[in-house]
Amino acid sequence: MADEGAGKRRKKQDGKSAAQPVREEPSLPPHLELQRTHVIAGADVNSNTMAADAANMFMALGIDNSWSWEKFLKGFQLHINKLDGETLEFDIIGIDASIANSLRRILISEVPTMAIEHVFFVNNTSIIADEMLAHRLGLIPIKVDPDLFEWKTGEDVASERNTIVLRLKVVARREGTEIINDRVKSGQLEWLPNGSELPDETSCRFVTSQKKMVPHKIEATVSDILLAKMRPGQCIDLEAHCIKGQGREHAKWSPVATAWYRLNPEVILLQEVGGAAAEELAEELPGLIVVRDGKAHVTNPREHEKLLEKVRRLSSEHQWAPFLQLRKRKDHFIFTVESTGILAPESTPGLRLLLSPVATTISCQAPESAKQHRPTMQKWVPSAKPAALK
Amino acid sequence: MVSRNDYAVTFSVKDEDHTLANPVRFMLNKNPHVSFTGYSITHPAEKVVNFRIQTTGEMTSVDAFRQSLNGVTDVCKHIKAQLAAECTSFQASAGTSMEA
Repeated sequence: MADEGAGKRRKKQDGKSAAQPVREEPSLPPHLELQRTHVIAGADVNSNTMAADAANMFMALGIDNSWSWEKFLKGFQLHINKLDGETLEFDIIGIDASIANSLRRILISEVPTMAIEHVFFVNNTSIIADEMLAHRLGLIPIKVDPDLFEWKTGEDVASERNTIVLRLKVVARREGTEIINDRVKSGQLEWLPNGSELPDETSCRFVTSQKKMVPHKIEATVSDILLAKMRPGQCIDLEAHCIKGQGREHAKWSPVATAWYRLNPEVILLQEVGGAAAEELAEELPGLIVVRDGKAHVTNPREHEKLLEKVRRLSSEHQWAPFLQLRKRKDHFIFTVESTGILAPESTPGLRLLLSPVATTISCQAPESAKQHRPTMQKWVPSAKPAALK
Repeated sequence: MVSRNDYAVTFSVKDEDHTLANPVRFMLNKNPHVSFTGYSITHPAEKVVNFRIQTTGEMTSVDAFRQSLNGVTDVCKHIKAQLAAECTSFQASAGTSMEA
């Protein structure tokens, strides 16, 4: 009972102390707030592109710009605009560009997939050279969950745990007036769950079949990628071995066709535009500017993307400069992720990857600091500080 | 780690690049006890980030570094959870609208 009472009291006190700064928190004057939150897009140059990220940036105005988890939670928003098998588009609001950019970098270059790395040619009488065909094979997205496989590094022996073996065995022949297999497509790659059929040459030996490990048939995500063209009598016979890799080593391992973001655009009328000028502006920017009650109004700029660059140009022309402005919000990112089809875009586990390097760094850091630096710190801080204060 | 005192330290982080360093630098900049921070990748072929952290003396550079890493981790966890939740609800609403 006593504890409960103490808890309530503490809560009340916390409530008070939390409420006070909110009430008293000073805000930036509007022109500085605009510089902090928006990039102003001009015809020749964008201004206020810098992020206001230093903790003491507005110290002289009595404004704390340091990191606050509560402020972050309050400002953070995420909305999905589009999600299908290939594309994910979402708005992410309230994060710094550094975080958005890391997410993009991770999606492109750090999320692992499986891709063809070694190609063993038994025969190739087509006109495409071995190395060209091997390169084309490498770029085919292979539909399989990379988590099912281990990394193959350095001298690791190829086995069922780290290698997928695919075979391409095609002969072109004439049948009546038609040529069979004149176009070799990615769908003709055939999965060998029992491993290489040339184990002596490829030094790849499976102990067990991969059928138990992989819940589905392994194949290219798209079956009609053209690999080579052949004439009757020509043949291609090869074995392609896939291993796990990351986009930073070669783009063939990137799970995204691409991933990008842009800042949220805002079209602002700095002054009221009425009469003939409003009509003229609405004609210049059809749909984006509408005339209501004789005055110009801005509709949703996101629905008129193609006009935004025109707004940028107009906004620096003598006639419109005092009226029209294109701004972009610095902490509102429109993110687009296009998957190659290996991983569903929403599952492209970018953030999982973003977490793991941070976690490893922390764990590497801890023992070093504990062993070497903690003792000196304990010597310094408690003894030296209070003495200085006295 | 190269330092002569605990409040001005240069860390060498191996096998990392801008992906980790830039958000951490952002987070350190947002820490009022950090007087200077910056990072440099001295050569693009060398996978090392040199991280300089100088503090005002209220906390050690190691603690500031650890705090910023934890901060970035928390932000990422939050984004990840939100993204997963939004995707689920988006798919659910898309499913119901298709059925209807």
